[in-house]
Amino acid sequence: MSTVTDTPSTMTPDSQPSSSPAPDTGSLIPKKLLRARPLFDRAILRSATRESFVKLNPGTLWKNPVMFVVEVGAALTTVFLVRDLASGAGHTGFSFQIALWLWFTVLFANFAEAMAEARGKAQAETLRKTKSDSIAHRMTSSGKLEDVPSSMLRAGDVVVCETNDIIPGDGEVIEGIATVDESVITGESAPVIRESGGDRSAVTGGTKVLSDQVQIKITSNPGETFLDRMIALVEGAERQKTPNEIALNILIAGLTLIFLLAVVTLQPFAAYSVAAQHAGAVPSIAVLTALLVCLIPTTIGGLLSAIGIAGMDRVMQHNVLAMSGKAVEASGDVNTLLLDKTGTITLGNRQAVEFLPAPGITEPELADAAQLSSLADETPEGRSIVVLAKEKHGLRGREVSEHDARFIPFSAYTRMSGVDIDGRQLRKGATEAIMRFVTELGGVAPDEFRESADRISRTGGTPLAVADGRRLLGIVHLKDIVKGGMKERIGQLRAMGIRSVMITGDNPLTAAAIASEAGVDDFLAQATPKDKLEYIRREQSEGRLVAMTGDGTNDAPALAQADVGLAMNTGTMAAKEAGNMVDLDSNPTKLIEVVAIGKQLLITRGALTTFSIANDVAKYFAIIPAMFLTTFPVLEHLNIMRLHNPESAVLAAVIFNALIIIALVPLALRGVKYRPQGAAALLRRNLLIYGVGGIIVPFPGIWIIDRLLVFLHLA
Amino acid sequence: MTASGIIEILIYFGVIVAITKPMGLFLVAVYDGRRTFLHPALRWLETVTYKSSGIREDEEQHWTRYSISLIAFSAISFLFVYVIQRLQAYLPLNPQNFGTPVMAPDLAFNTAVSFVTNTNWQSYSGESTLSYFVQMAALTVQNFCSGAAGMAVAVALVRGFSRQQTKTIGNFWVDLTRGTVYVLLPLSIIGALFLCSQGVIQNLKPNDVVTTLEGVKQVIPMGPVASQEAIKMVGTNGGGFFGANSAHPFENPTPFTNFIQLVMIFSIPAGLTYLFGRMVKDTRQGWALFATMSLLFLIGVFVCYPAEQHGNPILTNLGLESAATAGQAGGNMEGKEVRFGIATSALFTTVTTDASCGAVNNAHDSLTPLAGLVPLFNIETGEVIFGGVGAGLYGMLLFAIVAVFIAGLMVGRTPEYIGKKIEQKEVKMAMLALIATAASILIFAGLSSVIGFSKNGYWNPAGAAIANLTNNGPHGFSEILYAFASGAGNNGSAFAGINTNTPWYNLTLGLDMLIGRFLFIIPLLAAAGSLAAKKRIASTAGTFPTHGPLFVGLLAGVVVIVGALTYFPALALGPIVEHFLLESGKLFASLPFGGFWS
Repeated sequence: MSTVTDTPSTMTPDSQPSSSPAPDTGSLIPKKLLRARPLFDRAILRSATRESFVKLNPGTLWKNPVMFVVEVGAALTTVFLVRDLASGAGHTGFSFQIALWLWFTVLFANFAEAMAEARGKAQAETLRKTKSDSIAHRMTSSGKLEDVPSSMLRAGDVVVCETNDIIPGDGEVIEGIATVDESVITGESAPVIRESGGDRSAVTGGTKVLSDQVQIKITSNPGETFLDRMIALVEGAERQKTPNEIALNILIAGLTLIFLLAVVTLQPFAAYSVAAQHAGAVPSIAVLTALLVCLIPTTIGGLLSAIGIAGMDRVMQHNVLAMSGKAVEASGDVNTLLLDKTGTITLGNRQAVEFLPAPGITEPELADAAQLSSLADETPEGRSIVVLAKEKHGLRGREVSEHDARFIPFSAYTRMSGVDIDGRQLRKGATEAIMRFVTELGGVAPDEFRESADRISRTGGTPLAVADGRRLLGIVHLKDIVKGGMKERIGQLRAMGIRSVMITGDNPLTAAAIASEAGVDDFLAQATPKDKLEYIRREQSEGRLVAMTGDGTNDAPALAQADVGLAMNTGTMAAKEAGNMVDLDSNPTKLIEVVAIGKQLLITRGALTTFSIANDVAKYFAIIPAMFLTTFPVLEHLNIMRLHNPESAVLAAVIFNALIIIALVPLALRGVKYRPQGAAALLRRNLLIYGVGGIIVPFPGIWIIDRLLVFLHLA
Repeated sequence: MTASGIIEILIYFGVIVAITKPMGLFLVAVYDGRRTFLHPALRWLETVTYKSSGIREDEEQHWTRYSISLIAFSAISFLFVYVIQRLQAYLPLNPQNFGTPVMAPDLAFNTAVSFVTNTNWQSYSGESTLSYFVQMAALTVQNFCSGAAGMAVAVALVRGFSRQQTKTIGNFWVDLTRGTVYVLLPLSIIGALFLCSQGVIQNLKPNDVVTTLEGVKQVIPMGPVASQEAIKMVGTNGGGFFGANSAHPFENPTPFTNFIQLVMIFSIPAGLTYLFGRMVKDTRQGWALFATMSLLFLIGVFVCYPAEQHGNPILTNLGLESAATAGQAGGNMEGKEVRFGIATSALFTTVTTDASCGAVNNAHDSLTPLAGLVPLFNIETGEVIFGGVGAGLYGMLLFAIVAVFIAGLMVGRTPEYIGKKIEQKEVKMAMLALIATAASILIFAGLSSVIGFSKNGYWNPAGAAIANLTNNGPHGFSEILYAFASGAGNNGSAFAGINTNTPWYNLTLGLDMLIGRFLFIIPLLAAAGSLAAKKRIASTAGTFPTHGPLFVGLLAGVVVIVGALTYFPALALGPIVEHFLLESGKLFASLPFGGFWS
């Protein structure tokens, strides 16, 4: 027999498929993106090439001051070329090549932007396909159903969806429970459960009901749905420049102006020198323009908007819908991450593993009360209690409707839930809360009780106290399982300078045990929504930026207060409206990826800016001696690259300048490789690669082009 | 280079390192309004100033009011200096009876702007143009006021970093008063007394006429020199009482006074770096700026000194001994005082242009091309190597903003410096300041290289603007470039060799100085206002570190690269090409126009 046995994968007690995959511990950004497409897709290339020419229109190009200057320079050179051709004067072969490469420079920059946009559009196209106009069964005020096209629906309408219906718009389930296929949005094929009430009530337009029937209250008007917003965002049509991008634009526009001054004033300086030496000639317009274009930061100027669009695109590829580019940028700045313990740090649900009866109480008695109080409790914990009671003591779940029962739902304020049944007040909840409940009714809460609860807490478990009126019955031991690889990721965050804070409703001891197991920097135990909000405010007042995830309505204020609020798509509308990003996969761990993308976006900008400016050094050494060789032959000393002749030198610099834009398009679109590490190490590394590298690289680059030009007899 | 030369430079640097912290601590106390050891002696003067001019000591100003106060103060100062110069014939203390014609409107305009902007560019020679009254009441007073104003701006900018979520950056009038009363005044008094003790003159006598051994009559100028000399150094003004400036034995008689004058130039600028660290509650930040400045200073001096010691290759080729020996200094002694020699002169040249002082103890025009490149480059990079009182610190902070913005992105966060996010407004203001200075230098130098005027006309009697040059070729070009760089940088030293006392140069240089001063300061005050309003962000392992060697290297690199990229073409046509030409044996002869000190 084969020795290989197909071991079933470890069963996770997790109903949400999205939160189960163990996080990739190697890099923060998983290599395999859900919607990654090849960098150079043929259709995209074709449309980008076409767009590069359309974008030559100065009416739109002036928004990019650097490239506008290049275009004006190219046009100027062309005009002078035509004049020289007409008069038969001048050295037209050289001017022709300069003009040509200047036009290429603009086209290359346009191409980079068009590539980024085309990739976004392709993505939008796939999304748009899911936006088929379906027929909705709208419920009229009289309660009857009428069929209307989904585009007629308005916020507030109520529709009914049955098996195999496409949900006609974004909304909230107000009655019923159904399994829904959300693969169009999430790319995840496993169906998810959507039900009324609680935090899993939101549904997205375009997704498909797989079973059962639900009533949905539509929450958005046509054109304003998530899908619409996603399409608009990835298409880049609505793209607004982010604050940092604007600031960077100011910087490079300022540098362009300074170089413009340096080159324009070079003309009179040269005139003086030529007159004084009685030798040579003032550099031609073509050469001066070439120098200008080489000096102004064309690399970053040409790639800046592509970087921004690609950054948003990367966020989308992670199935996160950012409401603005600003939010993505802010996520790179985050100092403190608030991570919900449940579902983020731990697997999401605690399992009842043990009944610990109080002195004088039998275990079945405790199990019975615990089960009764959990019958209406649909949380995984509640269900696990019912299951445990059944397994251990053969207690079957009973139909409670025949009894006079009133369920007390869990609330974040009382921190307990239970049932009033046949005159008994059964409660289960946090130890503190139950002890208070018992003492308020005149019962006693012995210290040993607290001690045994603490014992569970110290091991990382969660004690769930159970009481019957004033009688303490005992404790249910719930166990939490920290996700695999979580500790490493928290460690990476720390290396990036980000504090991670675990938020939990657990008592401080439980929280401390799990916090130390997961390695988080701090934790907020027994957290009420108000506590969360206050914690965020306190962090912010100390000058830190805070990011958090949330899904429940009670998370909404904190989500709104946080600098980056990532809401779960499965969450309530209130949460989604409050946050500035929505994770379509509803995977709270993804906050870490979003932070990494934000950082990567900023690093890419900084790296290319530094590279662009550092490049100028070599270009000066190529062009300045060439420019004045006839006036001052001794300046040949500055020709340290030993370029062949003045024309080949100038051309080589211009060609290098144009080609480097194309060469860096993949980097701009993919982003600079980001490893989670401290700022000092990151800076040293990037400064070395893009700063020092940026000074060195053009020297051999220009030299090689110079040799090629000579070899091809082009100069 | 000689061992003694190197040792002198290193001792000088050691003294600067030693005085930085005590000076900084004192400055912090002064500008925070805390009690210092000078309060018992001088507090009354401060109080009287406030009472008599209606200043409310505890009132704070928004950056706009701070700027308006500064501009109003400068405008009134300008008018005062202008009028006094024009009326000197009718005012007392004028033993040489200098009249109004020598102080023509254009020259008076240029001089008034020059002293109000802390430039102290001098298109005139003091001993042949100005009465003692003008020197004392107009010029020396401005030496105090313009210096104190510069310090006030620096402190206001530092407050932008140290404060948070506030609308105000201090009170200009209070900062101005405190800087004058507690810092400049006491240092100048001590300095003047010291200089007197070493032989610097201080009198109100008319010029002496003596008969020399050869029987020639020689005029020995007199005047209240020591009192102006001290503040000229301490306030990094640099405007000499005499045309020969600190090369004149009555201004700077001995190597010892020379050394002390050098220390005086850097004392306040160095102390201000410590003030910065102290005020932002992280002294490492201040030392990082200090280290950056020190690095650039040492590079400068150790380029300038060997270049001068190397001497003139043409003379060497003629068989002249240019190496230093026990009997002679060797190297390039042209334009140097023998009592100072090569190392001291090279050090002075570097220091006076690192700081926006502009005092000179040797003729910069006579420097070898590479050595001359050092002062020119120092000025063109904005005089941020310690720099002028206040001006050096705010200039360096501007570069820090630019450096942090470019490289800071590479750590994956919105750039921040001292816990303040560097955003649109700060970048815009920093670029505005950089563009204004670059534009002023390049455009005016460009115009002057080609513009022509009718001969014997009003604007430039010599005809074309380049006719005022005393040297041709690249050296002449360096002279023009240096003049406008010095003006916009508010340095005031001259490469000399160019007669700038014509309406064209007086006007353009005057505008150049105004642009370099106010279009630099006002954007920075706006940035200060914006920074002060921001929250201070906590620093974590993810924060761009701005105190280690990495940042020092980065900041120095940004200063050099921004300067080099902006001015490389111009420098290539000036000192750089001259260097190669000189090495190949070519000189640029003096033109018939007589030598001119300024």
